[in-house]
Amino acid sequence: MTPGGIPAYLPERQRDTSLAAGGRLPPERVALVDLLDRLLAGGVVITGDIVLSIADIDLVRISLRALLGSVRGTEPFDPLGRPDAENGRYRPRQEGERG
Amino acid sequence: MSENHTDAPGQGVYLYAVTPGGEPPRDLRGVLDGPVRPLSHGGLVAHVSDVPLDRFGEEPLRRSLEDLDWVEGVARAHHRVVEALAAAGPTAPVRLVTVYTGEEQVRDLLDRRHDDFAEILSRVAGRREWGVKAYLRRQTPQPAPVPPATTTAGGDSPGMAYLRRKKENLRGREDLWRAAAERAEDLHAELGRFAVASLRHRPQDPQLSGRSEAMVLNGAYLVDPAREEEFAAVLGGFRDRFLDVELTGPWAPYSFTSVDLGAGRAGGVR
Repeated sequence: MTPGGIPAYLPERQRDTSLAAGGRLPPERVALVDLLDRLLAGGVVITGDIVLSIADIDLVRISLRALLGSVRGTEPFDPLGRPDAENGRYRPRQEGERG
Repeated sequence: MSENHTDAPGQGVYLYAVTPGGEPPRDLRGVLDGPVRPLSHGGLVAHVSDVPLDRFGEEPLRRSLEDLDWVEGVARAHHRVVEALAAAGPTAPVRLVTVYTGEEQVRDLLDRRHDDFAEILSRVAGRREWGVKAYLRRQTPQPAPVPPATTTAGGDSPGMAYLRRKKENLRGREDLWRAAAERAEDLHAELGRFAVASLRHRPQDPQLSGRSEAMVLNGAYLVDPAREEEFAAVLGGFRDRFLDVELTGPWAPYSFTSVDLGAGRAGGVR
């Protein structure tokens, strides 16, 4: 699932000692799985009547569950499941959110 | 600027991120290669591009989301825009596929959520997100050596000896898991000491991560530049025969955009 077949972990090994010097990976080199962690469980969640119902997280969750479940043929993976919340500092759902 | 942009019928407005202003990067292209434009309102700037509703409406989206290639295309386009914005200044990315029916709704959003966005932006300003993933090494030796198969200590029958060994192996594996989980906890806590906020994403599915080893930590950390060296130095100390530790980033602050972030304490050191 890593683009270009380059394991995402290889370039980082040497970067630990100097993060600042490392710079950003080109966007296309970022592993999709790391990206989905952030794009599907992170980012500002905007809800309310004005949104065209697409910030509807359940929609994404259900669809990806179905997709990944069918890929694996086993227990569905839930990329959007609640991360280990730490004293409520991470809140996947926001006030007024439908769902 | 596109303050006079008129909403075309059948077009939706895809929102990528909100920034406090400043000169936006030029020639940004987003989803479906659409040009990204800034919408300024009330001291905030929303970065948007047009998308056709026949592809981004609820029903077509429901179908598209079952296509991982489609999801990847949108995710990478979204990420590319957010990256460019984050490289230029404080950026509050929004959740993947946030689509409005028109610009007026986006301005309304900037009105209603002004204080939330301002708070998020001040929290992430000048800081970068880093990801740290830890895997239990597959080659990890069992803690207790397995006795040779020919040994039948205590007069066990070969069958009994087999079952006993199997049980011991199982216990060894459970111990190993527990030890690895504790080690991951320690790693997360230690990294948190150098972060202003931290959280754990769910462990990644091997199908997507491409690694068969069990993931015991999938952490995200918001780090001040001044602490990055110390933060990075933690990793080496945890890379051993049990754990393999990977660093990803820097990321735009995707994982730290909840408005109640750090509500329990200032800074989220953990």
